[in-house]
Amino acid sequence: MPLLRATLIWAATALVLAVPLVAAALSPLLEWRQPVYIAAGFAGVTGMALLLIQPLLIAGLLPGLDPLQERRIHRWTGAALVLSVILHVAGLWLTSPPDVIDALLFTSPTPFTPWGVIAMWALFATAILAVIRRRLRLRWRTWRIAHTALALVIVTGSVVHAILITGTMETVSKITLCTLTLALTLRVAFDPGTLKRLRRAR
Amino acid sequence: MPSPFLNRRTLLATGGATLATGATGLLTPAMAQDVAPTASMRGGANNYRPGAPIVERIGGGGFWMSGTVRRAGDGAPLEGQRIQIWAHTTEGHERDWHSHGATLTDANGEFRLEMPQIVPAFGQPHGHLAYDSEDYETVFLRPVMSSASDTSLEAHFVLKPA
Repeated sequence: MPLLRATLIWAATALVLAVPLVAAALSPLLEWRQPVYIAAGFAGVTGMALLLIQPLLIAGLLPGLDPLQERRIHRWTGAALVLSVILHVAGLWLTSPPDVIDALLFTSPTPFTPWGVIAMWALFATAILAVIRRRLRLRWRTWRIAHTALALVIVTGSVVHAILITGTMETVSKITLCTLTLALTLRVAFDPGTLKRLRRAR
Repeated sequence: MPSPFLNRRTLLATGGATLATGATGLLTPAMAQDVAPTASMRGGANNYRPGAPIVERIGGGGFWMSGTVRRAGDGAPLEGQRIQIWAHTTEGHERDWHSHGATLTDANGEFRLEMPQIVPAFGQPHGHLAYDSEDYETVFLRPVMSSASDTSLEAHFVLKPA
């Protein structure tokens, strides 16, 4: 791949990931929030950014990485996602326990909450499945279907969750990030080319 | 910029109310006996601190919370009822004591309390109100602002005798 093209792809990716974080850091709402609440919000924004990296790696769109590296980074990004969601929920819990209890019990008044909670459980299920996959002796096909189905739930849930929130994320960068993540996830889930690629790299 | 008076929320509310009253003919003087009590809203009681003091205003003010308190059944305005109000504002979190205050309704059953600007928290710009005294059943409300830049918010109570 020509160097210029590779550089441009990496630069564009870095931009799409960094702009939402920088924009959220400039949100006027931060002035009226305590550090724990601010950290909880940023853990959520970071999670949304990490979510975009996953399908990029699986589609092989990031230049200069071999399949082994792609999968290794995919695993570490997955672990970071779990951590970001745990920090997000824990930080919100410290900020306002009753709101988080409502969320976890699906009795929250806000329409975006169940989407986030469902995405969270799907993410945890994915992580557990990835860890015990070998012990379960899952066939590759079974694993691939289960992982793809869970990924679709995680991405759809997280994207709707983020879009419906009036929070620190800036609207244009939020919608750009969410649209790209959703489009790429649908591509790696249903594109036969990606499937062939994954089969080869297995 | 959307007009502050005509948005989806107000359109649905007024349109729905018009249909429910005018179109069905339910609201005739003879049938005004049937004002239904207000139910508590989901999450309304979150971060409630019972016994907030009656205050002139909460903090520095600049934002108005107002509404009415009526009796279920005949819809009569209730005077002297204590309404407790709290929210995440420019001056504090919902859990902070100084974010809480209470006021009393006047002879028309209306209340109005100045408080700091409400800012979005937990994903929505919203306030909390409670009626939690002896004479009527407890009601917790959680109205949402149609825009984070609104400088006022309303909530209405219809109370059922305890």
